[in-house]
Amino acid sequence: MNPISVEDKLAVNKYYIDKDVHIKINTSICQTCDIHHCLYACPADCFKLMEEHVTFSYEGCLECGSCLIVCDKGAVEWDLPRAGFGICYQYG
Amino acid sequence: MKQSFDAIVVGAGPAGCACGYTLAKAGLEVLVVERGKFAGAKNMWGGAFFGPTLAELIPDFWAEAPIERYVASHKLSFLTDEDCLSIEFTTPKFSQPPYNGFTVLRSKFDQWFAMKVGQAGAIVATGFQADDLLWKGNQVVGIKAGGDELPARVIIACDGVNSILAQKAGLRGEFKPQDVKQGVKEVTALPRDTIEQRFNLSGDEGIAWELIGSCTRGLPGGGFIYANKDSLSVGIVVQLNALAEKQVKANDLLEDFKRHPAVASLLDGGKLVEYSAHLIPVSGINMMPRLYTDGFLAAGDAAAFVVGTGLILEGANFAVASGVAAAETVMRAKQKGDFSARSLAYYQELLEQNFVLKDLKTFSKAPRFLENPRIYTTYPELACNLAERLFTSDGKPRKRIWQLLRESKRGKISLWQMARDLMQGKEAI
Repeated sequence: MNPISVEDKLAVNKYYIDKDVHIKINTSICQTCDIHHCLYACPADCFKLMEEHVTFSYEGCLECGSCLIVCDKGAVEWDLPRAGFGICYQYG
Repeated sequence: MKQSFDAIVVGAGPAGCACGYTLAKAGLEVLVVERGKFAGAKNMWGGAFFGPTLAELIPDFWAEAPIERYVASHKLSFLTDEDCLSIEFTTPKFSQPPYNGFTVLRSKFDQWFAMKVGQAGAIVATGFQADDLLWKGNQVVGIKAGGDELPARVIIACDGVNSILAQKAGLRGEFKPQDVKQGVKEVTALPRDTIEQRFNLSGDEGIAWELIGSCTRGLPGGGFIYANKDSLSVGIVVQLNALAEKQVKANDLLEDFKRHPAVASLLDGGKLVEYSAHLIPVSGINMMPRLYTDGFLAAGDAAAFVVGTGLILEGANFAVASGVAAAETVMRAKQKGDFSARSLAYYQELLEQNFVLKDLKTFSKAPRFLENPRIYTTYPELACNLAERLFTSDGKPRKRIWQLLRESKRGKISLWQMARDLMQGKEAI
Protein backbone atom coordinates (compact mmCIF):
# COMPACT_ATOMS: atom_id res chain seq x y z
CA MET A 1 0.00 0.00 0.00
CA ASN A 2 1.64 3.24 -1.15
CA PRO A 3 1.01 6.48 0.69
CA ILE A 4 -1.74 8.53 -0.91
CA SER A 5 -1.02 12.23 -1.34
CA VAL A 6 -3.48 14.78 -0.03
CA GLU A 7 -3.99 15.94 -3.61
CA ASP A 8 -5.08 12.47 -4.70
CA LYS A 9 -7.40 12.22 -1.70
CA LEU A 10 -9.08 15.51 -2.47
CA ALA A 11 -9.62 14.29 -6.01
CA VAL A 12 -12.15 11.69 -4.81
CA ASN A 13 -14.15 14.33 -2.89
CA LYS A 14 -17.15 16.15 -4.32
CA TYR A 15 -16.84 19.93 -4.53
CA TYR A 16 -18.92 22.70 -6.00
CA ILE A 17 -16.15 25.17 -6.67
CA ASP A 18 -17.16 28.81 -6.66
CA LYS A 19 -15.45 31.46 -8.76
CA ASP A 20 -15.29 33.61 -5.61
CA VAL A 21 -12.34 32.94 -3.31
CA HIS A 22 -13.60 32.52 0.28
CA ILE A 23 -10.26 32.67 2.13
CA LYS A 24 -7.64 35.30 1.41
CA ILE A 25 -4.16 35.55 2.84
CA ASN A 26 -2.19 38.70 3.31
CA THR A 27 1.12 37.65 1.77
CA SER A 28 2.93 40.74 2.98
CA ILE A 29 2.32 39.50 6.53
CA CYS A 30 3.38 35.96 5.51
CA GLN A 31 6.71 37.45 4.31
CA THR A 32 7.45 38.48 7.87
CA CYS A 33 6.49 35.06 9.31
CA ASP A 34 9.14 32.38 9.82
CA ILE A 35 7.07 29.67 11.49
CA HIS A 36 4.38 29.05 8.86
CA HIS A 37 2.05 27.05 11.10
CA CYS A 38 -0.50 27.13 8.26
CA LEU A 39 1.58 24.68 6.21
CA TYR A 40 1.13 21.96 8.82
CA ALA A 41 -2.31 22.86 10.12
CA CYS A 42 -4.16 22.74 6.81
CA PRO A 43 -5.41 19.16 6.27
CA ALA A 44 -6.01 19.87 2.58
CA ASP A 45 -2.52 21.25 1.82
CA CYS A 46 -4.04 24.50 0.58
CA PHE A 47 -0.99 26.38 1.89
CA LYS A 48 2.30 25.76 0.11
CA LEU A 49 5.73 27.27 0.35
CA MET A 50 7.08 28.18 -3.07
CA GLU A 51 10.53 29.74 -3.14
CA GLU A 52 10.03 31.03 0.41
CA HIS A 53 6.62 32.52 -0.41
CA VAL A 54 3.40 31.18 1.08
CA THR A 55 0.78 30.48 -1.55
CA PHE A 56 -2.83 29.57 -0.97
CA SER A 57 -5.34 27.79 -3.18
CA TYR A 58 -8.93 27.60 -2.02
CA GLU A 59 -10.34 24.88 -4.27
CA GLY A 60 -9.55 21.88 -2.04
CA CYS A 61 -10.48 23.62 1.23
CA LEU A 62 -12.37 21.39 3.67
CA GLU A 63 -13.68 24.46 5.57
CA CYS A 64 -12.32 23.28 8.93
CA GLY A 65 -11.05 26.66 10.16
CA SER A 66 -7.60 25.41 11.28
CA CYS A 67 -5.68 28.06 9.32
CA LEU A 68 -7.51 30.93 10.96
CA ILE A 69 -6.84 29.54 14.44
CA VAL A 70 -3.13 28.75 14.01
CA CYS A 71 -2.16 31.99 12.28
CA ASP A 72 -1.37 34.32 15.15
CA LYS A 73 -0.15 37.01 12.73
CA GLY A 74 -3.63 37.74 11.44
CA ALA A 75 -2.73 36.97 7.83
CA VAL A 76 -5.78 34.78 7.19
CA GLU A 77 -8.98 36.50 6.20
CA TRP A 78 -11.31 33.58 6.71
CA ASP A 79 -14.85 33.08 5.53
CA LEU A 80 -17.05 30.24 4.40
CA PRO A 81 -17.78 29.65 0.73
CA ARG A 82 -21.10 31.01 -0.48
CA ALA A 83 -24.12 28.86 0.37
CA GLY A 84 -24.19 25.65 -1.67
CA PHE A 85 -20.53 25.93 -2.74
CA GLY A 86 -17.38 24.29 -1.42
CA ILE A 87 -16.98 20.77 -0.06
CA CYS A 88 -20.04 18.55 -0.36
CA TYR A 89 -19.55 15.40 1.70
CA GLN A 90 -21.24 12.30 0.34
CA TYR A 91 -20.29 10.16 3.37
CA GLY A 92 -19.18 12.40 6.24
CA MET B 1 -40.87 32.39 2.57
CA LYS B 2 -42.86 33.59 5.60
CA GLN B 3 -42.03 37.08 6.76
CA SER B 4 -41.62 36.39 10.44
CA PHE B 5 -40.79 33.33 12.51
CA ASP B 6 -40.92 32.49 16.19
CA ALA B 7 -37.44 31.02 15.83
CA ILE B 8 -34.72 30.66 13.23
CA VAL B 9 -32.32 27.78 13.80
CA VAL B 10 -28.99 28.15 12.00
CA GLY B 11 -27.39 24.85 11.04
CA ALA B 12 -29.06 21.49 10.40
CA GLY B 13 -26.69 19.23 12.33
CA PRO B 14 -27.73 17.22 15.41
CA ALA B 15 -28.18 20.33 17.60
CA GLY B 16 -30.12 22.33 15.01
CA CYS B 17 -32.30 19.41 13.96
CA ALA B 18 -33.10 18.44 17.58
CA CYS B 19 -34.00 22.06 18.31
CA GLY B 20 -36.04 22.57 15.14
CA TYR B 21 -37.84 19.25 15.61
CA THR B 22 -38.83 20.03 19.22
CA LEU B 23 -40.04 23.53 18.34
CA ALA B 24 -42.01 22.39 15.29
CA LYS B 25 -43.67 19.57 17.27
CA ALA B 26 -44.80 22.19 19.79
CA GLY B 27 -46.43 24.14 16.98
CA LEU B 28 -44.02 27.08 16.75
CA GLU B 29 -43.24 28.76 13.44
CA VAL B 30 -39.68 27.59 12.80
CA LEU B 31 -37.17 28.11 10.01
CA VAL B 32 -34.04 25.93 9.92
CA VAL B 33 -31.34 27.22 7.57
CA GLU B 34 -28.40 25.12 6.38
CA ARG B 35 -25.54 26.42 4.26
CA GLY B 36 -24.73 23.04 2.65
CA LYS B 37 -26.47 21.89 -0.52
CA PHE B 38 -28.24 19.45 1.79
CA ALA B 39 -28.12 18.81 5.54
CA GLY B 40 -24.90 16.91 6.28
CA ALA B 41 -23.03 18.19 3.23
CA LYS B 42 -20.60 20.12 5.45
CA ASN B 43 -20.50 17.69 8.34
CA MET B 44 -18.17 14.90 9.33
CA TRP B 45 -17.23 13.13 12.55
CA GLY B 46 -15.28 10.10 13.61
CA GLY B 47 -18.24 7.94 13.07
CA ALA B 48 -20.28 6.96 16.11
CA PHE B 49 -22.68 8.51 18.57
CA PHE B 50 -23.84 7.26 21.90
CA GLY B 51 -26.53 7.67 24.49
CA PRO B 52 -30.31 7.84 24.72
CA THR B 53 -30.92 11.51 23.84
CA LEU B 54 -32.03 10.93 20.26
CA ALA B 55 -34.31 8.01 21.20
CA GLU B 56 -35.99 10.25 23.76
CA LEU B 57 -36.80 12.64 20.92
CA ILE B 58 -37.63 10.10 18.20
CA PRO B 59 -38.42 6.72 19.80
CA ASP B 60 -37.02 3.71 17.93
CA PHE B 61 -35.30 6.03 15.44
CA TRP B 62 -32.90 3.23 14.50
CA ALA B 63 -35.72 1.43 12.71
CA GLU B 64 -35.99 4.22 10.15
CA ALA B 65 -32.79 6.31 10.33
CA PRO B 66 -29.90 5.53 7.98
CA ILE B 67 -27.63 4.21 10.71
CA GLU B 68 -24.71 2.03 9.61
CA ARG B 69 -24.30 -0.41 12.49
CA TYR B 70 -25.02 -0.50 16.20
CA VAL B 71 -21.88 -0.47 18.34
CA ALA B 72 -21.63 -4.00 19.74
CA SER B 73 -17.96 -3.78 20.62
CA HIS B 74 -15.76 -1.05 22.13
CA LYS B 75 -12.05 -1.51 21.66
CA LEU B 76 -9.16 0.51 23.05
CA SER B 77 -5.59 -0.14 21.93
CA PHE B 78 -2.14 1.06 22.87
CA LEU B 79 0.30 1.27 20.00
CA THR B 80 4.03 1.39 19.60
CA ASP B 81 5.61 1.51 16.16
CA GLU B 82 5.05 -2.22 15.71
CA ASP B 83 3.11 -3.54 18.68
CA CYS B 84 -0.48 -3.28 19.79
CA LEU B 85 -2.08 -4.09 23.15
CA SER B 86 -5.89 -4.05 23.11
CA ILE B 87 -8.80 -4.14 25.49
CA GLU B 88 -12.16 -5.00 23.97
CA PHE B 89 -15.50 -4.85 25.70
CA THR B 90 -18.64 -6.58 24.48
CA THR B 91 -21.95 -7.24 26.15
CA PRO B 92 -25.21 -8.57 24.68
CA LYS B 93 -26.88 -5.49 26.22
CA PHE B 94 -25.23 -3.23 23.63
CA SER B 95 -26.74 -5.41 20.88
CA GLN B 96 -30.33 -4.94 21.99
CA PRO B 97 -32.67 -1.97 21.72
CA PRO B 98 -32.29 0.81 22.78
CA TYR B 99 -28.62 0.05 21.96
CA ASN B 100 -25.70 2.03 23.40
CA GLY B 101 -24.37 3.62 20.23
CA PHE B 102 -24.40 3.62 16.46
CA THR B 103 -21.91 4.13 13.68
CA VAL B 104 -23.26 6.72 11.29
CA LEU B 105 -22.22 8.60 8.15
CA ARG B 106 -23.29 12.19 8.59
CA SER B 107 -24.13 12.99 5.01
CA LYS B 108 -26.93 10.41 5.04
CA PHE B 109 -27.92 10.72 8.69
CA ASP B 110 -28.24 14.51 8.84
CA GLN B 111 -30.39 14.47 5.69
CA TRP B 112 -32.74 12.04 7.39
CA PHE B 113 -32.87 14.11 10.59
CA ALA B 114 -33.55 17.30 8.62
CA MET B 115 -36.34 15.49 6.75
CA LYS B 116 -37.91 14.60 10.12
CA VAL B 117 -37.71 18.27 11.10
CA GLY B 118 -39.55 19.22 7.91
CA GLN B 119 -42.20 16.55 8.54
CA ALA B 120 -42.69 17.92 12.05
CA GLY B 121 -43.73 21.23 10.51
CA ALA B 122 -40.59 23.38 10.28
CA ILE B 123 -39.37 24.97 7.08
CA VAL B 124 -35.91 23.61 6.27
CA ALA B 125 -33.99 25.78 3.81
CA THR B 126 -30.77 24.20 2.49
CA GLY B 127 -28.15 26.02 0.44
CA PHE B 128 -29.03 28.99 2.60
CA GLN B 129 -26.47 30.89 4.62
CA ALA B 130 -27.01 33.17 7.60
CA ASP B 131 -24.38 35.85 6.99
CA ASP B 132 -25.11 38.13 9.90
CA LEU B 133 -27.51 38.98 12.70
CA LEU B 134 -30.27 41.59 12.70
CA TRP B 135 -30.22 43.81 15.77
CA LYS B 136 -32.68 46.13 17.45
CA GLY B 137 -30.62 47.84 20.13
CA ASN B 138 -29.05 45.03 22.15
CA GLN B 139 -31.62 42.47 21.05
CA VAL B 140 -31.02 39.99 18.21
CA VAL B 141 -34.17 40.12 16.09
CA GLY B 142 -33.33 38.04 13.03
CA ILE B 143 -30.71 37.10 10.46
CA LYS B 144 -29.35 38.53 7.26
CA ALA B 145 -28.99 36.05 4.43
CA GLY B 146 -27.81 37.11 1.00
CA GLY B 147 -29.64 40.40 0.49
CA ASP B 148 -32.61 39.36 2.62
CA GLU B 149 -33.50 40.21 6.18
CA LEU B 150 -35.43 37.53 8.04
CA PRO B 151 -36.93 38.62 11.34
CA ALA B 152 -37.53 36.18 14.19
CA ARG B 153 -38.16 36.45 17.91
CA VAL B 154 -35.12 34.31 18.68
CA ILE B 155 -32.11 32.90 16.81
CA ILE B 156 -30.57 29.58 17.85
CA ALA B 157 -26.99 29.24 16.59
CA CYS B 158 -26.22 25.59 15.86
CA ASP B 159 -23.62 26.50 13.25
CA GLY B 160 -20.84 24.30 14.53
CA VAL B 161 -17.42 24.64 16.08
CA ASN B 162 -16.44 27.76 14.12
CA SER B 163 -19.79 29.43 14.95
CA ILE B 164 -19.68 32.76 13.18
CA LEU B 165 -23.00 33.77 14.72
CA ALA B 166 -21.88 33.16 18.32
CA GLN B 167 -18.96 35.45 17.52
CA LYS B 168 -21.16 38.10 15.91
CA ALA B 169 -23.48 37.95 18.92
CA GLY B 170 -20.46 38.73 21.09
CA LEU B 171 -20.65 35.43 22.99
CA ARG B 172 -17.19 34.17 22.16
CA GLY B 173 -13.77 35.40 21.14
CA GLU B 174 -11.12 33.64 19.05
CA PHE B 175 -10.04 30.11 19.96
CA LYS B 176 -6.51 29.21 20.86
CA PRO B 177 -4.98 26.31 18.89
CA GLN B 178 -4.88 24.20 22.07
CA ASP B 179 -8.68 24.52 22.38
CA VAL B 180 -9.35 22.39 19.33
CA LYS B 181 -8.35 19.03 17.92
CA GLN B 182 -8.19 18.43 14.20
CA GLY B 183 -9.78 15.25 12.91
CA VAL B 184 -8.94 13.85 9.50
CA LYS B 185 -10.70 10.80 8.16
CA GLU B 186 -10.83 8.47 5.22
CA VAL B 187 -13.91 6.49 4.33
CA THR B 188 -12.70 3.28 2.75
CA ALA B 189 -15.17 1.06 0.92
CA LEU B 190 -14.95 -2.70 1.49
CA PRO B 191 -17.49 -5.47 0.87
CA ARG B 192 -19.83 -5.99 3.78
CA ASP B 193 -18.85 -9.62 4.41
CA THR B 194 -15.14 -8.71 4.32
CA ILE B 195 -15.71 -6.17 7.11
CA GLU B 196 -17.68 -8.67 9.15
CA GLN B 197 -15.01 -11.35 8.78
CA ARG B 198 -12.11 -9.03 9.58
CA PHE B 199 -13.75 -7.52 12.66
CA ASN B 200 -15.60 -10.63 13.80
CA LEU B 201 -19.01 -9.00 13.44
CA SER B 202 -22.31 -10.54 12.46
CA GLY B 203 -25.46 -8.95 11.10
CA ASP B 204 -25.63 -5.27 11.96
CA GLU B 205 -23.03 -5.44 14.73
CA GLY B 206 -20.40 -2.71 14.57
CA ILE B 207 -17.21 -1.75 16.34
CA ALA B 208 -15.91 1.53 17.74
CA TRP B 209 -12.14 1.32 18.09
CA GLU B 210 -9.87 4.00 19.55
CA LEU B 211 -6.09 3.72 19.47
CA ILE B 212 -3.54 5.69 21.48
CA GLY B 213 0.23 5.87 21.12
CA SER B 214 2.64 5.91 18.20
CA CYS B 215 -0.15 6.78 15.72
CA THR B 216 0.14 10.43 16.78
CA ARG B 217 3.93 10.32 17.33
CA GLY B 218 3.42 11.34 20.94
CA LEU B 219 1.13 14.28 20.17
CA PRO B 220 -2.10 14.57 22.17
CA GLY B 221 -4.77 12.67 20.27
CA GLY B 222 -5.37 9.23 18.84
CA GLY B 223 -6.52 7.10 15.96
CA PHE B 224 -9.95 5.63 15.35
CA ILE B 225 -11.62 2.99 13.25
CA TYR B 226 -15.38 2.58 12.99
CA ALA B 227 -17.08 -0.15 11.01
CA ASN B 228 -19.92 1.02 8.78
CA LYS B 229 -22.13 -1.27 6.66
CA ASP B 230 -19.82 -1.50 3.69
CA SER B 231 -17.06 0.94 4.57
CA LEU B 232 -14.62 1.77 7.34
CA SER B 233 -14.11 5.22 8.83
CA VAL B 234 -10.40 5.49 9.61
CA GLY B 235 -8.89 8.61 11.04
CA ILE B 236 -6.65 10.56 13.34
CA VAL B 237 -7.50 13.26 15.87
CA VAL B 238 -4.70 15.58 17.07
CA GLN B 239 -4.44 18.75 19.10
CA LEU B 240 -4.08 21.59 16.58
CA ASN B 241 -1.29 23.47 18.36
CA ALA B 242 0.79 20.27 18.47
CA LEU B 243 0.56 19.80 14.69
CA ALA B 244 1.66 23.37 14.08
CA GLU B 245 4.42 23.46 16.69
CA LYS B 246 5.89 20.02 15.90
CA GLN B 247 5.50 20.64 12.16
CA VAL B 248 3.54 17.47 11.57
CA LYS B 249 0.63 17.07 9.18
CA ALA B 250 -2.39 15.08 10.31
CA ASN B 251 -2.51 13.36 6.94
CA ASP B 252 1.05 12.05 7.38
CA LEU B 253 0.01 10.59 10.73
CA LEU B 254 -3.02 9.03 9.05
CA GLU B 255 -0.86 7.45 6.36
CA ASP B 256 1.48 5.97 9.01
CA PHE B 257 -1.51 4.78 11.02
CA LYS B 258 -2.94 2.91 8.04
CA ARG B 259 0.39 1.11 7.70
CA HIS B 260 0.63 -0.01 11.32
CA PRO B 261 0.88 -3.83 11.43
CA ALA B 262 -2.23 -4.05 13.61
CA VAL B 263 -4.26 -1.98 11.15
CA ALA B 264 -2.91 -2.50 7.62
CA SER B 265 -4.37 -5.93 6.96
CA LEU B 266 -7.83 -4.76 8.05
CA LEU B 267 -7.84 -2.09 5.34
CA ASP B 268 -6.29 -4.23 2.64
CA GLY B 269 -8.05 -3.96 -0.72
CA GLY B 270 -10.21 -1.07 0.41
CA LYS B 271 -11.06 1.78 -1.93
CA LEU B 272 -10.83 5.38 -0.74
CA VAL B 273 -14.15 7.10 -1.33
CA GLU B 274 -13.78 10.29 0.75
CA TYR B 275 -11.24 12.34 2.67
CA SER B 276 -12.59 14.78 5.22
CA ALA B 277 -11.47 17.04 8.05
CA HIS B 278 -13.09 18.93 10.88
CA LEU B 279 -12.25 20.65 14.14
CA ILE B 280 -13.46 19.44 17.53
CA PRO B 281 -13.74 21.88 20.44
CA VAL B 282 -11.93 20.04 23.25
CA SER B 283 -11.35 22.53 26.06
CA GLY B 284 -14.88 21.94 27.32
CA ILE B 285 -16.08 24.33 29.96
CA ASN B 286 -12.78 26.21 29.77
CA MET B 287 -13.63 27.46 26.27
CA MET B 288 -17.42 27.52 26.57
CA PRO B 289 -18.86 30.82 25.32
CA ARG B 290 -21.67 32.66 27.05
CA LEU B 291 -24.66 30.56 26.08
CA TYR B 292 -27.27 33.25 25.43
CA THR B 293 -27.93 36.91 25.00
CA ASP B 294 -31.07 38.92 24.20
CA GLY B 295 -32.89 37.02 21.46
CA PHE B 296 -30.06 34.53 20.91
CA LEU B 297 -28.94 31.05 22.07
CA ALA B 298 -26.01 28.81 21.10
CA ALA B 299 -26.14 24.99 21.13
CA GLY B 300 -24.01 21.98 20.13
CA ASP B 301 -20.43 22.52 18.93
CA ALA B 302 -21.19 26.24 18.63
CA ALA B 303 -21.34 26.22 22.43
CA ALA B 304 -18.29 23.86 22.65
CA PHE B 305 -20.41 21.08 24.19
CA VAL B 306 -17.93 18.22 23.79
CA VAL B 307 -16.49 15.96 26.47
CA GLY B 308 -13.28 14.01 25.94
CA THR B 309 -11.64 11.81 28.55
CA GLY B 310 -9.23 9.90 26.37
CA LEU B 311 -11.59 6.93 26.59
CA ILE B 312 -14.57 8.74 25.09
CA LEU B 313 -14.93 11.79 22.87
CA GLU B 314 -18.59 12.70 22.67
CA GLY B 315 -20.37 15.67 21.17
CA ALA B 316 -23.43 14.53 19.25
CA ASN B 317 -25.44 13.53 22.32
CA PHE B 318 -24.56 16.89 23.90
CA ALA B 319 -25.66 18.57 20.68
CA VAL B 320 -29.05 16.85 20.72
CA ALA B 321 -29.59 17.48 24.45
CA SER B 322 -28.62 21.15 24.16
CA GLY B 323 -30.78 21.59 21.04
CA VAL B 324 -33.77 20.24 22.97
CA ALA B 325 -32.98 22.43 26.00
CA ALA B 326 -32.74 25.48 23.71
CA ALA B 327 -36.13 24.59 22.22
CA GLU B 328 -37.74 24.21 25.65
CA THR B 329 -36.31 27.58 26.63
CA VAL B 330 -37.77 29.19 23.51
CA MET B 331 -41.19 27.60 24.13
CA ARG B 332 -41.23 29.01 27.67
CA ALA B 333 -40.05 32.41 26.44
CA LYS B 334 -42.87 32.48 23.90
CA GLN B 335 -45.44 31.73 26.60
CA LYS B 336 -44.07 34.57 28.68
CA GLY B 337 -43.70 36.80 25.65
CA ASP B 338 -40.16 37.55 26.80
CA PHE B 339 -37.08 36.74 24.73
CA SER B 340 -34.67 38.85 26.76
CA ALA B 341 -31.44 37.39 28.13
CA ARG B 342 -33.09 37.21 31.54
CA SER B 343 -35.79 34.94 30.19
CA LEU B 344 -33.37 32.87 28.09
CA ALA B 345 -31.18 32.26 31.17
CA TYR B 346 -33.55 29.32 31.72
CA TYR B 347 -31.44 27.52 29.05
CA GLN B 348 -28.43 27.43 31.34
CA GLU B 349 -30.62 26.19 34.21
CA LEU B 350 -31.86 23.29 32.06
CA LEU B 351 -28.34 22.38 30.99
CA GLU B 352 -27.15 22.44 34.58
CA GLN B 353 -29.94 20.05 35.53
CA ASN B 354 -29.20 17.48 32.81
CA PHE B 355 -25.92 15.82 31.87
CA VAL B 356 -24.62 18.54 29.54
CA LEU B 357 -23.12 21.01 32.01
CA LYS B 358 -22.72 18.36 34.71
CA ASP B 359 -20.40 16.33 32.46
CA LEU B 360 -18.53 19.43 31.29
CA LYS B 361 -17.92 20.37 34.92
CA THR B 362 -17.03 16.82 36.02
CA PHE B 363 -14.36 16.64 33.30
CA SER B 364 -13.18 20.25 33.42
CA LYS B 365 -9.62 19.12 34.19
CA ALA B 366 -9.55 16.44 31.49
CA PRO B 367 -8.43 18.67 28.58
CA ARG B 368 -5.20 19.75 30.31
CA PHE B 369 -4.57 16.26 31.72
CA LEU B 370 -4.81 14.82 28.21
CA GLU B 371 -1.97 17.10 27.07
CA ASN B 372 0.46 14.97 29.12
CA PRO B 373 2.75 13.50 26.42
CA ARG B 374 3.47 10.38 28.52
CA ILE B 375 -0.09 9.19 27.78
CA TYR B 376 0.89 8.91 24.12
CA THR B 377 4.48 7.72 24.45
CA THR B 378 5.72 6.27 27.73
CA TYR B 379 2.56 4.45 28.83
CA PRO B 380 1.70 2.74 25.52
CA GLU B 381 5.37 1.67 25.25
CA LEU B 382 5.33 0.41 28.81
CA ALA B 383 2.07 -1.49 28.29
CA CYS B 384 3.26 -3.13 25.06
CA ASN B 385 6.67 -3.94 26.50
CA LEU B 386 5.13 -5.55 29.57
CA ALA B 387 2.68 -7.55 27.43
CA GLU B 388 5.52 -8.77 25.22
CA ARG B 389 7.50 -9.93 28.26
CA LEU B 390 4.43 -11.61 29.73
CA PHE B 391 3.59 -13.51 26.57
CA THR B 392 7.06 -14.26 25.18
CA SER B 393 8.15 -17.83 25.74
CA ASP B 394 11.90 -17.84 25.26
CA GLY B 395 12.97 -20.86 27.31
CA LYS B 396 14.41 -18.69 30.10
CA PRO B 397 13.11 -18.80 33.69
CA ARG B 398 9.96 -16.68 34.05
CA LYS B 399 9.62 -13.68 36.35
CA ARG B 400 6.70 -12.35 38.34
CA ILE B 401 4.59 -9.53 36.85
CA TRP B 402 5.82 -6.90 39.31
CA GLN B 403 9.43 -7.71 38.45
CA LEU B 404 8.64 -7.47 34.73
CA LEU B 405 6.93 -4.13 35.24
CA ARG B 406 9.93 -2.75 37.08
CA GLU B 407 12.22 -3.91 34.29
CA SER B 408 9.89 -2.50 31.59
CA LYS B 409 9.76 0.93 33.15
CA ARG B 410 13.49 1.13 33.89
CA GLY B 411 15.01 4.21 32.27
CA LYS B 412 11.57 5.31 31.02
CA ILE B 413 9.73 6.60 34.03
CA SER B 414 9.98 6.62 37.83
CA LEU B 415 7.38 5.14 40.14
CA TRP B 416 7.05 8.61 41.63
CA GLN B 417 6.16 10.09 38.22
CA MET B 418 3.69 7.28 37.53
CA ALA B 419 2.00 7.91 40.88
CA ARG B 420 1.76 11.64 40.13
CA ASP B 421 0.23 10.99 36.69
CA LEU B 422 -2.19 8.54 38.26
CA MET B 423 -3.28 11.09 40.84
CA GLN B 424 -3.81 13.71 38.15
CA GLY B 425 -5.78 11.20 36.11
CA LYS B 426 -7.90 10.39 39.13
CA GLU B 427 -8.81 14.08 39.44
CA ALA B 428 -9.34 14.62 35.71
CA ILE B 429 -11.05 11.58 34.24
